Amino acid sequence: MTPLTQINAEITTHPAGDLLTSEEVSLARRELRRKKLIALALVIPLLIFLFFTFVAPIGTMLYRSVYNPTVAELIPQTLSSLESWDGQGMPDKAVMSQMAADMKRLANLRKSGKLAESINRYLPGTSSVIKSTARKLRRKDDQKIISQGAEFLLAANDKWSQPEIWQALIKAGKVYTDGYFLTALDLERNDAGDIQQRTSTQIYIKLYAKTLRMALIITFMCLLLGYPLAYYLANAPSKTANMLMILVLLPFWTSLLVRTTAWIAMLQTNGVINSLLTSLHVISSPLEMLYTEFSTIIAMTHILLPFMILPLYSVMKGIDPSLMRAAMSMGAKPPSAFISVYFPNTLPGLSAGALLVFIISVGYYITPALVGGTDGQMISNIIAFHMQQSNNWGLAAALGSLLLVLILTLYWVYDRFVGASNIKLG
Amino acid sequence: MTADNASHYLRFDGVKKSYDQKSLVVKDFNLDIAKGEFLTLLGPSGSGKTTVLMMMAGFESVTSGDILLDGHPVTRTAPYKRNIGMVFQNYALFPHMSIAENLAYPLKVRKMAKAEITERVYKYLKLIELDQFGGRTPAQLSGGQRQRVALARALIFKPSLVLMDEPLGALDKKLREQMQLEITRLHKKLGFTVIYVTHDQSEALTMSDRIAVFEDGVVQQCASPEELYEQPANSFVADFIGENNLLPGTVIETVKGIAKVKMLTGDEITARCADCGEGNSECVVSVRPEKVFIVPGDHHYENKITVKFTNCLYVGDFIRYFFELPDGTEVVAKFLNDHVAPKLSEGDKASLYIRTKDCFAFKVK
Repeated sequence: MTPLTQINAEITTHPAGDLLTSEEVSLARRELRRKKLIALALVIPLLIFLFFTFVAPIGTMLYRSVYNPTVAELIPQTLSSLESWDGQGMPDKAVMSQMAADMKRLANLRKSGKLAESINRYLPGTSSVIKSTARKLRRKDDQKIISQGAEFLLAANDKWSQPEIWQALIKAGKVYTDGYFLTALDLERNDAGDIQQRTSTQIYIKLYAKTLRMALIITFMCLLLGYPLAYYLANAPSKTANMLMILVLLPFWTSLLVRTTAWIAMLQTNGVINSLLTSLHVISSPLEMLYTEFSTIIAMTHILLPFMILPLYSVMKGIDPSLMRAAMSMGAKPPSAFISVYFPNTLPGLSAGALLVFIISVGYYITPALVGGTDGQMISNIIAFHMQQSNNWGLAAALGSLLLVLILTLYWVYDRFVGASNIKLG
Repeated sequence: MTADNASHYLRFDGVKKSYDQKSLVVKDFNLDIAKGEFLTLLGPSGSGKTTVLMMMAGFESVTSGDILLDGHPVTRTAPYKRNIGMVFQNYALFPHMSIAENLAYPLKVRKMAKAEITERVYKYLKLIELDQFGGRTPAQLSGGQRQRVALARALIFKPSLVLMDEPLGALDKKLREQMQLEITRLHKKLGFTVIYVTHDQSEALTMSDRIAVFEDGVVQQCASPEELYEQPANSFVADFIGENNLLPGTVIETVKGIAKVKMLTGDEITARCADCGEGNSECVVSVRPEKVFIVPGDHHYENKITVKFTNCLYVGDFIRYFFELPDGTEVVAKFLNDHVAPKLSEGDKASLYIRTKDCFAFKVK
């Protein structure tokens, strides 16, 4: 070792004075722990609030997409006796009698409708069979049902003599099911239990594709309208810029419902646009604009425009105006300077805005529901339909989960190729 | 190129600029700049110097007058056709490009062959001693390094003229001095023509071949740093460049450029007359603090004033002494911190000696 490196070695090893004593270490740790505790105490109310209003409801909702306890709770004894049945031919008479007993109990508890509805999802047309059978069984004697339950069933309805209804019972009785997810993906299980394309209706995949397409169009429209405006705002004198910014934010502060309703007034058959065009003799008969995909896209572009403009504006505001001057002084013509220098620097705002608009519009509900008609429906409207009208919460949950997975996947793809750290929201 | 063209390579001919169609920001700007010259526009903020630079670069239009570059008018030429390199105060490096890409940008715009670009970029990276840093982004460099890159980028396409708009304004004092040397070194080595804008007079004095002092849209004086400091043309230049004592008085008479001035105290001193006006007009006599002596040396001192010592400030290499004339006018003197530095206490009477050639009489505006 040369003397010089010796000296270096001495400098890099810490002399004893630089090391903390164990007492100092524990003091420093305690200080750190105290700071962390204070930070935690500050956010705890929000965390509790979020847990009860966001995490827990969404968690239970998502759980419903695979958890299906209704039938299992209604006819537990029938289901346990059905376990011995091999699925071929008809089940034993004892099983059928047990079913009859369960149905009588449900009929007296007025719960047979619930059972009928659940089974009907697996075998359409079963609802009336179960309801009418239950009605007939209600008046039978308990002792007789135990001995002759099977006969009562067969006498009440022919369907009880077909294996399908019993298979449907087993399917519906499973507490954990992938059925909802399969339905949401337009798939089903055939009799052998293999997954196949659904033979009847296929609507959900198409609807997802349509939702994505509409969201893309809306994002693109917002970009087309928002980018030049944000550019103008960022480069205008502050007085003009503030004034225009208020105009951008004004719709933001107005109720969503009001804005959407305004679009109804604009677009309807006897609305502003149609009467104007008719009075100008541009068209002879009014255009059908409301309750179409077109109206959904127009209204949503209008509503989501601020989400595009704000991040773009804040990023453009931060771009040094001398960059363009520098590029031009070096010989670049304004368009080429814009493309090679200005535009790349707006990408963080552009991707943030585009991502915001896209994600919001994929899950948008109110506007398509009000102005979309049947043509402009998006996936969220179907989810709402299953929640409110068909009472098929399991399917609604499965559709919602898929939507969540879809958005997370898109975000992941975006992060892979663009980088989420590039996003700048303000 | 003719010899004549070389001495006015760049010419501003009666250039005027108005932003609001009412008042002129630049009033009748005339200047000839020789090829290879380092010219500085110096002035307080708002004096119009940056406007001149922006008109030269083509980012601001010229209200009236002409700018001729190498004999051709460029007044109406688009900025990207002028072939002028520009260094901005905040560097204006493209944040999304690496250092090498930044340097290559003007060459790529000029559609130069790839191999040639690579070679030239490497050469310039080496010139600014950043040849290891080509792959980094501007954010990964220090302020001084960024400024060097900005400089190289303005030079790499061999522009006919380089404009620098307060390029060192964002750097701390030590770095600024280093960069001053660096710019001077590159200027000597490559021989480009520079118009440099600054409000920092020491920067202007150390770097420039000539300095144009700007005030209120007018060039007050355009001369070499030495002439500017030693022979200011008017009181603004004298006051703006360096420190000054301004002693009020009245001109009695002017003979062969030497004015006899009667001061408010009644003493008479002689001073060089720059624009002092005729007899019996009010004037101020300007004297630099370092030209005031307390211990007469071998020189012949024409002027002697009697003062009262009030205070002194210890600066380090020199000491700043504050005196007062009997009428209350403050006189500052700078003495080297050596063994002859006088020891005075408050209220002491002292005599100060000044040469006539170091006194300048200006009329009061």
